[in-house]
Amino acid sequence: MTHSDLSIDLGFCRLKNPVIAASGTFGYGTEFSRFFDLNRLGGFVVKGLYSTPRPGNPPPRLVETASGLINAIGLQGIGVKRFCQEILPQLQDLDTAVIINVCGSHEEEYAAVAEHLDGFEGIAAYELNVSCPNVSTGGSCPALDPEATHRIVSLVKKSCRRPLITKLSPNTGKIIEVAKSAEEAGSDAISLVNTFLAMAIDAKTRRPKLANVLGGLSGPAIKPIALRMVYQVAQEIRIPVIGMGGITTSEDVLEYMIAGASAVEVGTANFVDPEAIPLIIDELDVYCQTHNIERLASLTGTLAPL
Amino acid sequence: MYSAILFRTIFGKTMRKDPQARILHKQNWGDYFILALESPRITSEAHPGQFLMVRVGETSFPLLRRPFSIHAVQDNALEIFFQTTGLGTRQLSLKQEGDRLDILGPLGRGFNLDIEGSTPKAALVGGGRGIAPLYFLSESLRLQGVSATIYYGGRTVEDLPLRKKFLAAGYPLHCSTEDGSYGFKGLITDHLIQDLKQNPADRIYACGPDGMLKRLAEISQEYSIPAELSLEAIMGCGFGACWGCVHRLKKDQEIGWQKICEDGPVFPAEMIIWEKE
Ligand SMILES: Cc1cc2nc3c(=O)[nH]c(=O)nc-3n(C[C@H](O)[C@H](O)[C@H](O)COP(=O)(O)OP(=O)(O)OC[C@H]3O[C@@H](n4cnc5c(N)ncnc54)[C@H](O)[C@@H]3O)c2cc1C
Ligand SMILES: Cc1cc2nc3c(=O)[nH]c(=O)nc-3n(C[C@H](O)[C@H](O)[C@H](O)COP(=O)(O)O)c2cc1C
Ligand code: FES
Repeated sequence: MTHSDLSIDLGFCRLKNPVIAASGTFGYGTEFSRFFDLNRLGGFVVKGLYSTPRPGNPPPRLVETASGLINAIGLQGIGVKRFCQEILPQLQDLDTAVIINVCGSHEEEYAAVAEHLDGFEGIAAYELNVSCPNVSTGGSCPALDPEATHRIVSLVKKSCRRPLITKLSPNTGKIIEVAKSAEEAGSDAISLVNTFLAMAIDAKTRRPKLANVLGGLSGPAIKPIALRMVYQVAQEIRIPVIGMGGITTSEDVLEYMIAGASAVEVGTANFVDPEAIPLIIDELDVYCQTHNIERLASLTGTLAPL
Repeated sequence: MYSAILFRTIFGKTMRKDPQARILHKQNWGDYFILALESPRITSEAHPGQFLMVRVGETSFPLLRRPFSIHAVQDNALEIFFQTTGLGTRQLSLKQEGDRLDILGPLGRGFNLDIEGSTPKAALVGGGRGIAPLYFLSESLRLQGVSATIYYGGRTVEDLPLRKKFLAAGYPLHCSTEDGSYGFKGLITDHLIQDLKQNPADRIYACGPDGMLKRLAEISQEYSIPAELSLEAIMGCGFGACWGCVHRLKKDQEIGWQKICEDGPVFPAEMIIWEKE
């Protein structure tokens, strides 16, 4: 069987295929090597890293809602230094794009994390998580505001040597402005969306279902809204867009690509099926063959008139 | 086949997906169900206290897999024992013999079966559906020459559907119900304390509601009996990727939120930090 060309050129980085595992849903990568060969992935984004370890939120941290998952993990993690010592060496020989999700509680911290990572090899790009709604109260974060996003992106761009993907939050009415300001500030790509600020209540006890009260909604429930945002943003910027939100099948991937995404990330689906991404990639290959598509990348931004 | 289980390292990291585990048979008592699932490889690798993540449907609602302890293993099949408490378990209860289930397992770290002493004795304490892993555990302990006494508590007699199974297998069984409809009237932990006087134990193994486990951690200290407790938490993945399933634990002198799906769900009582109510 011949294979179709699934590869994607993001300009700063070439991917074997458009499917990247999303940050926070793929652990540090190693959790999944028990299920399949990580080299099959277009790439993967590791869990968000701050300069120091973070304890995370108290449980319950997860609640399931209709076709969705609300999480308030609170970005628990081992911090960038331990990551570089203990985990990165296990990832460095992989033949797939290893992307690091860079977090910060203030601008300088983003830059410090990126600078630390600059000292190590085997990383394809940094994904700036300017959009985590869990950390600050009420979900306020730099990604809600074009100026704050501009400041962080230009600061990190200046102080590090690797390509930057700025990951946007959907929790703003100004997503297009935020995307444009990230582009202006030198971001090499945009990824969207992060989770939607959400909550769930137990009507019997009148208590919130998450200890943090608020959390971020992901999964199939968010797909139509996320797709709309990817479509709107892709029309306004020239740098590549990486789309995500509720992808579980190859058809979802195709929709995002048609809407304007060059590549996609798959998140919550990894929990439901640890082999979800290899299955999606196989399906994409079959799709291209049955539809005589030579290069999958040619689908990007090809929404046809009704 | 049991010996293969026993001589394997307890904390083996093997786990796999079996998308086509066939339901061989089904049993039902009120809200409680047993499904026997044919899955040779997962069965041969299972250790008591480990669990499965089960997909209850094919659509996105319910979305996540549901965690269930491995209740029993026999030949090529393993059993889960569950109580219907919500949408996912209700859907699972509608499955029939011959249907196939997508399962992941065996997951987590189970009970430590090594007990000191020449004729070691273990007290196995199960509250409600928490009895699930204790059958597999009792069968494995028996093969190690450990004599297991079962303490099985529930709100009412309807919550004790497995009592006949344990009796049929020949285990000494003590039951309690909060309403006094069967056995000792009161909490199973009080029944245990009463019985420990005549029937001392070298180890406590338990699974059940937090209140029961917390009380057992105290009993473990008071009576100097090491205890291994199986915790529950809402799980996003079951294999260490989401960091959703945390509990306060003391590990290497550090106290923090630890994932119970990887390091547990079974922990020595002294590792578990109980939050204030
Ligand atoms: C390691 C482990 C082993 C378990 N073993 C058993 C078993 O052998 N038998 C059994 O009857 N039950 C067991 N449980 C509990 C069982 O997983 C839940 O009762 C079940 O997930 C509820 O799903 P639902 O859709 O019916 O309920 P819903 O309340 O509708 O579920 C909503 C969400 O909350 C989660 N959830 C709800 N209650 C619990 C709970 N108590 N623990 C974990 N997640 C929960 C569900 O998985 C789901 O994601 C175990 C839990 C864990 C963590
Ligand atoms: C449990 C969980 C943890 C997450 N952690 C991060 C994170 O650390 N950094 C980040 O940028 N996004 C994080 N996300 C967001 C996802 O990467 C993704 O943007 C979002 O879940 C939408 O995609 P999905 O619907 O495919 O899951 C997390 C999502 C979940 C469900
Ligand atoms: S359930 Fe996902 S990390 Fe434990």
